[in-house]
Parts: sequence; structure tokens; C-alpha cells
Amino acid sequence: MKSLHLPPWLQATPFALVFALFLVLPLLLVGAVSFWQATDYELIPAFTGKNYVDVFAGCANTEELCVTLKTYLSTLKFCVLVWAITLVIGFLVAYFLAFHVQSTSMQTLLFVLCTVPFWTSNVIRMISWVPLLGRNGLVNQGLTGLGVVDSPVEWLLFSDFSVVLAFVHLYTMFMIVPIFNSMKRIDPALIEASRDSGATGWQTVWNVVVPLCRTGIVIGSIFVVTIVMGDFVTIGVMGGQQIASVGKVIQVQTSYLQFPMAAANAVILLATTLMMVWALTRVVDLRREL
Amino acid sequence: MSAPRRTPAFYGLAAVFALFVLFLYGPMVVIFVLSLQGPEGGLTFPMRGFSFHWFGKLWEGMGVVDIAAAFRRSVALGAVVMVLTVLLSLGAGLAFRRRLKGAGALFYTAVASLIMPSIVVSLGIGLQFRLVDTGLQALLTQWGLDGLLEGYGTAMGLYTSALGAHLTWTLPFGLLIMLAVFNRFSPAYEEAARDLGATPWQGFRHVVLPLVAPSLVGVGMFGFTLSWDEIARTSQAIGDVNTLPLELQGLTSTVTTPAIYALGTVTTLVSFVVMGATWALVTWLGRRR
Repeated sequence: MKSLHLPPWLQATPFALVFALFLVLPLLLVGAVSFWQATDYELIPAFTGKNYVDVFAGCANTEELCVTLKTYLSTLKFCVLVWAITLVIGFLVAYFLAFHVQSTSMQTLLFVLCTVPFWTSNVIRMISWVPLLGRNGLVNQGLTGLGVVDSPVEWLLFSDFSVVLAFVHLYTMFMIVPIFNSMKRIDPALIEASRDSGATGWQTVWNVVVPLCRTGIVIGSIFVVTIVMGDFVTIGVMGGQQIASVGKVIQVQTSYLQFPMAAANAVILLATTLMMVWALTRVVDLRREL
Repeated sequence: MSAPRRTPAFYGLAAVFALFVLFLYGPMVVIFVLSLQGPEGGLTFPMRGFSFHWFGKLWEGMGVVDIAAAFRRSVALGAVVMVLTVLLSLGAGLAFRRRLKGAGALFYTAVASLIMPSIVVSLGIGLQFRLVDTGLQALLTQWGLDGLLEGYGTAMGLYTSALGAHLTWTLPFGLLIMLAVFNRFSPAYEEAARDLGATPWQGFRHVVLPLVAPSLVGVGMFGFTLSWDEIARTSQAIGDVNTLPLELQGLTSTVTTPAIYALGTVTTLVSFVVMGATWALVTWLGRRR
């Protein structure tokens, strides 16, 4: 089966080169530099473990949590919240599309409706919450107008709440698409068989649909978890630059040219994220499912 | 499927879906409306008249930021990323159909790139180019090329580090789409072409390419729109000039006029134009077949 004169490895070379030059090599450098020394203006390629020691400075203290652990806990909190919310919404929306919308063209139309915002600017979608949630925003105008509260609610914007809201707003799409894709592949006969055997609607969903969507759920979860773990843009903009996250720590250290520290933090973040992904992939074999 | 059509579950789920769509589009619509504020208007309702005042302000530039230049840079970079994403993904997609050594490793590298925290990739590329700078400057000093040394800024830039950073984000999507397309692609078409005496190139040009063309348009759209909005991977891997989304991110904390909504409206319109063009092109290709 020869589609071109070119040998396959040559066809894939430009693609592979991009990843070698802009992914593999940079990551190796991050690993190496995390063990380097540095002064204020230059990097010194001499081995030291000090960067890692500094990251965990004070973590042996059992009385109070150190800064690094606090930051990870805060990031993990966002991770779990956003994962749970996007999973529930993503599953419900995908379920509605896959099993309750009858015509294929209507299904496609509604599916596209859900995915269009994904191709627009994330920052714009974040700041579009400002006129709604701000001190003089629509929500506060409504609440004070109705007499529910006397003074405007302050925690709506630039807070944990607005960060989670923005994450859900931006990334539920990553749950909907793979879960919908899995649901479309379920043989309708299986669902009929379940009903014929006397299962209630809820039993069918829980015992037939959910297990068969495992792949979609896992892929969606991987996307959401890795995005939230490394985020600094959403937490920065929606947290009013006041909330800490692991990604933000790395970004700040980089901007102060503290590369070895930033690299050490990046290695730890990467290890943490990869462990989470590994745990999730124990559930499915990704490549076979494409 | 013969599911009972209008059960209580249907209405419940339909309500959830409707609320979700409102949640997706509501805030966007609000800023489109607010970008048309009159000159006296502020960041929130009420509207004080309707005007294109803030679009004019936007074009004049916001403070020290030259929006028009950033806009042009982002369009140009997006176009380059789009073309490269289509070409490289197609090449890799074709290669994956045949016996390719290291196919598994390449596939997992691409997937890893997709789920790698962007800040880590960005930091790595930034470091890499800084080290290249240091190395080049040392070489220039050693060779006594002081004239060149003075003129040398950095190797980091729009079409070096930023382009590479964007490709690590767009190519995995391109590959996944191509793999999905070729998984469902029957080799019988090419075999028929070959049996009729077509050369491999003719078989590709006249049989495979027309069949995958709509998907390639889709890959191109992913390439452009993902590049157009990219922030995280570019943030540490760009030199002296910024792309539009990076400028925009900076402006969120400094600009307090509806001009920022006008900017939002303009960037969203560009995204919509690209999606519309994609849809039109795919439809046209489908009709021609």
C-alpha cells in the first residue's frame, strides 16, 4: 500500500522534528537546569540540589503547611471542584445530545453550538464575566434591586468562585466531546436489552451507559485535570492576580529570571500531573480507542 | 433508537442543555452589546447610548500598546501555523498508514504534548532560546565579531520560539484528526486507482487528496484558531513583541473602558469569520465531489 514515492519516515520527519526541537529538547533542558546554579544575571551549569531543597523549605514543619504544599493543595482543590462539575455537566449535556435528540442533523447542530466558543478567545470569555459579576454588575444590580442583599456581594468576582466558574465555562467542552463520542458508539441494542430485562432508566444509565463511556470520561478528565493543574492565566485573570497556583509560581519565577527555581517547580508539577494522568490511564488503553 | 421521546427526563435534560447554552453564550453577548456603549458609557450596564466610539479608540491604540500591530502579527503567525499544521499533520497521517518505525513513540509524544502543562513547555522553550543566545554571543565574542554582537538581540521571536510553541499545541490536534480520518479510509480507492494505471503521486493527488480535503480544511481551522488564542505556551517563549492575546491579557488589569470589550468583539469576529470560511469551504468541497 504505497501512497507516495516518499518513504513513510520521511513523511513523518517534519512532524517529528517539531516535537524533538520544541518539546523533547526543552523538557530535557528544564530537567537539567533544575539542577543548575544561577546568579542574578546568568545560569551556571554546575550541579546542585539546592533548588529542590528551596522548593520544599519548611515542609518538614508539621505545625504549619509550607508555601509549596499550600499552593499545591489550593491548585488541587480547584482541580477536584472543576473536574467534578465539568464531569456532571458534560455527562448530562452529552447524554441529552446522544440519547434524547432524535435527528442526526439536529444532533450535529446542537453539538456544534456547544463547541463554537472553544474556537474563540479564552481571555475574552473570561472578561465577559466582569459586567455580570462585578461590584456594579448585572447580578449585583439584580440582587440589590430585589432587596435580597443590602450592599453588593463582593465574592462574585476575583475570587475562588469566579475562578471555578471560568474554568467550567471554558473547559466543559473537553468533557462533552469525548463523552458524546463514546455514547455515539454504544450499540442501541444493549440499551434495549437492559430495558427489556426490567432495568429502570436510572439503572440503565448507571450500569450500561456509564461503564461504556469510560473511555470518553477518562479522556475528558485527563484534559481537565492537566489544564487546571498547570493553569496560570485563568487563575490570574479571574483571581485578580491574588490567588496562588503552581503555574503562577513558575511564571513569576521565570519573569524574575530565576530559571533554576522555576525549572525545579516545573519538574515537580510535571511529575505530579503525570502521576494523575497515569492513574487515569490505568482505566483505558488510549490508542486502541481512537 | 426507539427511546420514549418526551419523558420527564427529556424535559429535565433539555432544560439543563438550554441553561448550559445560555451559560456559554450569555456573557459573550453581553460584552458585544457593551462594546457598543456611547462615549460616556462604562464597563457595566446601563448603556449610555449606542456608538462605535470604542472601536475608534481601539484603533488609535491603547496607551503604549499598538493593538493594530499586535493584530497583524497574530494574523500572520496564525496563517503560518495553519499552513504548517495542515502540511505536517497530513505528512504524519500518511506515514502512520504505512509501516512506520517509532509510530507508537511519535503518537505518544504528540499526545504528551497535548496534555503537558503549557507553562512547562513554555519555560523549556524560553530556556532553550536563552541558552542559544548565550552560546551565540560567546561565539561572536570569540571570533571578534563585535559589530554583529552589538546588533544581536535574541533568537527568540514570533517565527522561531513562538511558532515552535504554537505547533506543539496545534499539531497533536492535527494528528488526531488525520488518524481518525484515515482509520475510516478504505484503501480500496487507491488500489482501484493503481489498477487503472495511476502512479502513486496521481493516486494521492486525484484520489486521496480530494477525499481528505474537507478534513484538511478542518485541521487548518484548528491550526489558525488555536494559534489565534494561544497564551500559556507563548507567554515565556516570545521575544520583544507580543501577540494579540498576550497584549489582551495584559490589558485586562489596566484598561477600565469599554475599549477592551471592543477588542473582544473584534477578536471574536475574526474567530467567527474563520469558522464561517471553514464551513463554506467544506460545504463547497462536499458539493464538488
